[in-house]
Amino acid sequence: MSATARRASPWHYLLAALLVLAATPVWAVDPIELDDPVLQQRYRALTQELRCMQCQNQSIADSPVGLAGDLRREVRELLLAGASDQAIRDHLRDRYGDFILFRPDLNARTAWLWAAPFVLLMAGVWVAVRVIRGRAALAAQPDDEVDGRV
Amino acid sequence: MLPEIGHFTLVLALVLSALQAFFGITGPALQRERWQAAVGPAVYGQFCMVSVAIGCLAAAFLQHDFSVEYVAQNSNSALPAFYRVAAIWGAHEGSLVLWSWILAAWSIAVAFFSRGLPPPFAARVLGVLGVVSLGFYLFTLATSNPFLRIDPPAPDGRDLNPLLQDPALVAHPPMLYAGYVGFAVAFAFACAAMIEGKLDSAWARWTRPWTTIAWAFLSVGIALGSWWAYYELGWGGYWFWDPVENASFMPWLVGTALIHSLAVTEKRGLFKSWTLLLAILAFSLSLLGTFLVRSGVLVSVHSFAADPTRGVFILAFLVVMIGGALTLYAWRAPLLKSNAGFEFTSRESFLLFNNILLVVATATVFAGTMAPLISDALGLGTLSVGPQYFNPTFLLPILPLIGLVAVGIHASWKKGRLGEKRGMLLTTLAMAGTVTAALMLGAYGGGMLLTPVGIALGVWIMLSSLADPIDRWRRKLSLTPGVLGMAVAHLGLGLFVLCVTVVESYTAERDVALEVGGRATVGRYEYRFDKIEPVQGPNYDGVRAEIAVLRDGRQVARLHPEKRQYWVQRSVMTEAGIDMQWGRDVFAALGEDLGAGRWSVRAQVRPLINHMWFAAFLMALGGVIAACDRRYRTAREARPVETGHAVPDPGPGVSVARVAPGEA
Amino acid sequence: MSRFLVPVGLFALLVAVLAVGLERAPEKNVIPSALLGRPAPEFTLPELGSPQLQFDSRSMAGRWWLLNVWGTWCVECRAEHDMLLAVRRTGVAPIIGLNWKDDDASALRWLEELGNPYERVPVDAEGRVAIDWGVYGAPETFLIDPAGRVVHRHVGPLTREVWEREFLSRLPRTDAPPLMPAERRVGAT
Repeated sequence: MSATARRASPWHYLLAALLVLAATPVWAVDPIELDDPVLQQRYRALTQELRCMQCQNQSIADSPVGLAGDLRREVRELLLAGASDQAIRDHLRDRYGDFILFRPDLNARTAWLWAAPFVLLMAGVWVAVRVIRGRAALAAQPDDEVDGRV
Repeated sequence: MLPEIGHFTLVLALVLSALQAFFGITGPALQRERWQAAVGPAVYGQFCMVSVAIGCLAAAFLQHDFSVEYVAQNSNSALPAFYRVAAIWGAHEGSLVLWSWILAAWSIAVAFFSRGLPPPFAARVLGVLGVVSLGFYLFTLATSNPFLRIDPPAPDGRDLNPLLQDPALVAHPPMLYAGYVGFAVAFAFACAAMIEGKLDSAWARWTRPWTTIAWAFLSVGIALGSWWAYYELGWGGYWFWDPVENASFMPWLVGTALIHSLAVTEKRGLFKSWTLLLAILAFSLSLLGTFLVRSGVLVSVHSFAADPTRGVFILAFLVVMIGGALTLYAWRAPLLKSNAGFEFTSRESFLLFNNILLVVATATVFAGTMAPLISDALGLGTLSVGPQYFNPTFLLPILPLIGLVAVGIHASWKKGRLGEKRGMLLTTLAMAGTVTAALMLGAYGGGMLLTPVGIALGVWIMLSSLADPIDRWRRKLSLTPGVLGMAVAHLGLGLFVLCVTVVESYTAERDVALEVGGRATVGRYEYRFDKIEPVQGPNYDGVRAEIAVLRDGRQVARLHPEKRQYWVQRSVMTEAGIDMQWGRDVFAALGEDLGAGRWSVRAQVRPLINHMWFAAFLMALGGVIAACDRRYRTAREARPVETGHAVPDPGPGVSVARVAPGEA
Repeated sequence: MSRFLVPVGLFALLVAVLAVGLERAPEKNVIPSALLGRPAPEFTLPELGSPQLQFDSRSMAGRWWLLNVWGTWCVECRAEHDMLLAVRRTGVAPIIGLNWKDDDASALRWLEELGNPYERVPVDAEGRVAIDWGVYGAPETFLIDPAGRVVHRHVGPLTREVWEREFLSRLPRTDAPPLMPAERRVGAT
């Protein structure tokens, strides 16, 4: 079975293409997997992005507690009703606040956090280029001695 | 009686560390040789005292002395002896004693191996270490004394946290602490240099082996923690960007930059300010990590019992140590100038990018880890940051860095001379591309956007690391530990990149509901739930499932995942069933009991994951090999002037390792 | 010279943030409710013991009231139970006891043995209403104003101190009788 390539988010669980065997039970009351592979992958992605509010440092995908199961059910039902990923996040955020999201939303309050990596990288590259330019100029001069003392 | 002896020896250790600090700093300052000479005995004395203290704590555990509060909270009459000793570092108070003991052990090692250092300098280094020790003893005795008694003694203990009743997790804290604390040595060397106002290549040469070995310990400690999380926590992941994980990862990133920066300072007297700052930063992050997990400011799945008053103490300690060091830096660093130059494609240039990109990565992880705290403090509301933030933002600086490694390894000092290496580099790149295609199209099939990039870069780095040693071997040149260690470490890095890419691209994972006899397909394997039965252990009971794993109809493994409930703490633990093979792990963990004989099971097939842990070990091994290079171990004095190339003849009785072009 | 002061300056900033974080640390483990200041989620649920009767939350409009989320499986709910009875006796505000993911027989027995502080007991067997209210750990107690807005939420057992500091202070002053020590009332509803 070959794995299907997907996903913008790089280092995360990738599901191989699934062949749901007829022998695998399908549960009407509390199914763990959705039949539609596209929905199933959205389900996995969403449940990994949402924090289990009871254990607080696990996603609802990974947490075994009752509340996590209820929240997973909520996500499943919303998915089956056709809600978009963002709508589902908003739905849960309205009830539990920002803390339930592992991926901070992009808004005025979080802009600094999302911008920081880019700003830092550009600052770093700028420093590097400046230093190297200066040192390359020095390297063009005749061979120098390394200064040992301060 | 023994706990009181333990308490008393801790107090003595505090006094001795104070003496160590006092004599170490003032002796050289006032040029009193007798005071300087007193530092060594103070260090040895401190080590003896804290060893007795930790021995008393161990004895209290082994003897089931439940009149000691710490033992009562972390042990139990049913706890096996092995874990009773490990319980010493099972919670906050005892882990601080372990910290202090490890610091004393490092201090002794420095004292022992510092015969070749000028005595005033060695005294200063030990003096700074003494200040750190003093701080920790004060903290322990004032807020976190493990020898406190309770009256009447508890009838039995509350048991060690079941999560910690595991061999890997027994080894994880000592390894981690050995790493964190080892950075205190680099920090002490940096402070001593700043106090003296002198920073030269000899200083870098002295500092390097200590820093490299600390870094190696930290690498192993982090890898152990990650591996443990994978097989113990039951969700099959190995890295979650949890604040406590980040608290150990940030010092590692900075430590990596530091060991490379030290190379430049040693070889060419450059990057002095960088190296000083990195040394201060590495230790600061260690201390900050200690603060974060013990003060309650961050929510984490494995922080110690949070106590803000302890947080205040650590914060004050941070201010004194780091504020002091950075003030020293502001005072002394302006005097560190050098006029050496280097070209755009020189080794120095690559290592500059190395420094900068690693610091950017650290700052990014720092921002994400501290974001909830910062957002709350600035009144911006609660914020939550998880893997969905860290994964992409961490890759941003790291991907370019990984891209530079294969080439950078071969750049020469000052002039680069990459033209000479072009053939080899292109050949190895082509080979890497071939392997990538083979893996993606043949072995595994498919992949994500970054999969070919990760695999190709990983393989390229591996081949590039081997190029130089192989070339030397063929030309019958010497292979010094320095060269070999560097090759092994970078080989480990390449392997790690390759494995992480494969694991993240090709893991097959499903959560399935199975009853006895049920089957599920996961990747290329088929899981068959054979049976489930009750099971009992020395201090727990639970259920144990038997799952057969088949491939192409043939059974390749039997897995035995368990769900245990520990009697005393009533917590439920998942023990995953894993079949470990070189090529892949087959993994199963029991989820919930769905009723009517059905269980939810998390099933995973993880290709190359064991190579990933092995790669981390290789990196650490490379560091240890490199640190054993003879040029660090022979007694020498500071050289007044050194050129950038050959080392001048130092005279009889001192051996020299030839500085070869490819050497770090 | 100035750029060498940058590290120590940044460090000072960090210390400031950490100090503020430390000061606010005791509140760290309590997540503020996302519903504060917003209309309380409306729900209709069957009542404990009389499933043919429905409790509609809209019937509480015009009054101050409390929603207490509880279950017999919850150890801390037992700890706060006497306090709830005391609150009921003051008559300051009615308590609606949302029975969360519990078993009817156990819940009925519990109330019979320990006394019933609640005016009504809607049963949330599946936990959907609890999710709407952002509940993450029992016991939780919400205070709702006559306009139907959530004014406050407390996570954890209700103690005398919490009641006075967090709830009474937000309720309008009345001539309510003072809190009396709890008495066991058997069979009262």
